Amino acid sequence: MEMADFFHIMPVSKPSVGAVGKTGTWRVFKPIIDHEKCTRCGLCWIYCPDESIELKEDDTPKINYDFCKGCGICSDVCPVKAIKMEAEEIG
Amino acid sequence: MAKWEMMTGNKAAAVGAKLARVQVIPAYPITPQTTIVEYLSKFVEQGELKAEFIRVESEHSAMAACIGAAAGGARAFTATSSHGLLLMTEMVFWAAGARLPIGMAVVNRALAPPWNIHVEHTDSHSQRDSGFIQFYAKDNQEVLDTIILMYKVAEDERVLLPAMICLDGFILSHTYMPVEIPDQEDVDLFLPPYEPKGFLLDPEEPLTYGSLTLPEHYMEMRYDIQRSIESARDLILKYSKEYEEIFGRYHGGLLELYKVEDADYLLISMGTLGEEAKVAADTLRREGIKAGAVRVRVFRPFPTETFVNTVSEKKALIVVERHLSLGGIGGALGTELKALLYGKTDVPIFNYVTGLGGRDTTYIDLAKIVKHSIKTGRPKDNYMWYNLKMG
Repeated sequence: MEMADFFHIMPVSKPSVGAVGKTGTWRVFKPIIDHEKCTRCGLCWIYCPDESIELKEDDTPKINYDFCKGCGICSDVCPVKAIKMEAEEIG
Repeated sequence: MAKWEMMTGNKAAAVGAKLARVQVIPAYPITPQTTIVEYLSKFVEQGELKAEFIRVESEHSAMAACIGAAAGGARAFTATSSHGLLLMTEMVFWAAGARLPIGMAVVNRALAPPWNIHVEHTDSHSQRDSGFIQFYAKDNQEVLDTIILMYKVAEDERVLLPAMICLDGFILSHTYMPVEIPDQEDVDLFLPPYEPKGFLLDPEEPLTYGSLTLPEHYMEMRYDIQRSIESARDLILKYSKEYEEIFGRYHGGLLELYKVEDADYLLISMGTLGEEAKVAADTLRREGIKAGAVRVRVFRPFPTETFVNTVSEKKALIVVERHLSLGGIGGALGTELKALLYGKTDVPIFNYVTGLGGRDTTYIDLAKIVKHSIKTGRPKDNYMWYNLKMG
C-alpha cells in the first residue's frame, strides 16, 4: 500500500453556516426577547448551543430565526426573564 | 544497557507506558488494574515521567479525557478492567470513531454478579466491535513490549485508531516474572514523539468534531475505519519485525505458532492459555499425539489469511477459551474462526469453554481436552463446557 494512495474520511469538518439546511423549521417554541427588560449581559449569546444569537455593537442580542431550533436554553439562563417562549403557529 | 527486573504484569504495563513517553494519563482505579496507574502516578510524582496525571471520577471520564488529550496532540494512556471497561464503553467506541490513537491496558476480569475479580475475556470481547486494535499477552515481557509497539501501529497514518493490550487478571497482572527493560534511547528511536496526522484540536483553526453525519456519509466513515484497521495487519507484522531487530524480541505478529508445521491437532487459544497450550503440545507429543499450539495475539484486526494458511490441512482444531457469548454458539474466538474457515476447509473445529471467572486451567486440562476431541471425532455440539461441576 502506497502512502500517496491513502486518505481517510475523518469525522471532522470545517465549521460552516447551516450545513444541514435551515434548522429553524424544526422549532416548536420560539424565543422572543423583551428588549425593555434585557440588560445586555450576553448570557443568552454564550449559552446558545447553535450560535443562533448574535450581539450587536451595543451588546443587544438578536436571534437568527433561520437556525434557532427553539431549545429554550436562552430563556432558561436569562437572569431577568427577558426571553419568553411562544408556541409557533402551525401552517 | 537494557536491564532486567522482577516485576508484575501491571508494573510491566506501567513501565511500557513510561517508555512510550505517554503525556496524559486519566485514570480511575479498579481491581486488578489499579497498580498500573498507581505505578504511573508514582513515576509522574517522582519526576521520572513528564505527564499529566488526571484523577477522574469514572472510567467513562477517563476515556473522555483521553479523547480530548489525543485530539489536542498528546499521547494518552489509561488502564481499566471488567466493570470499568463496560462503564467506559460509550467513550471506547467514540475514541475509535474519532480516529484517535489512544493506548489502553485492559486487565481481563470476569463480570458480576456474582462478584469475581479473576480472569475471563468477556470484558474486552464486549468491545470487539468498537474499532480498537486488540492485543492479548502471554507474559509480562509481552505486555511491556506491546505497549510500545501498539502506539507505533495506532499512530501510523494508515491506521489512526486506538489500541488496547489485554492481560489476564492476576495470572499476569499480579505475578512476578523477569522482564527486560529496554533503553529509553532505543525506544525513542523506534517510537518518536506523537505527531497528530489526522487533525489537531487548535483554537486558531477551529473544526467541528463528531458532527451530525446523516445517512449519505456515515457508511463511508465506517468503511474507512474497517479499511484502516485491516491495514494494521501488515503494519503489526512490519513493526514487530522492526522491534525484533532493535530489541531482540518477537512475540509472534498476529499469531504465535508453536510446533504447528508437522502437527495433526492444533490447540488455539488466547492470553496465558497460549503458554499452557505449548506445554500441553509437548506433553501430548511425548504420548505420540502430534499437537501444536496457535496463540491469537491479535484479535482485532482478526488474523485472516495467516489463520487460513496455518490451520487448513490439520486433522482438528481445538479452540479453548475463557469466554462464552451467553445465548450464543460458543466463545468469540471459536465462533469467529468457524465463520472465517467456512467454505475454505473441512477441518473439524472444536470449541471448549472453560476457565470462566478465573477457574484454573493448566496444560494438563488442555491435554485432556485434545484427547477428548480426538475421541469425539467430529464435533456434535456447537461448543462444549470443560471442567464444569454440573450439567
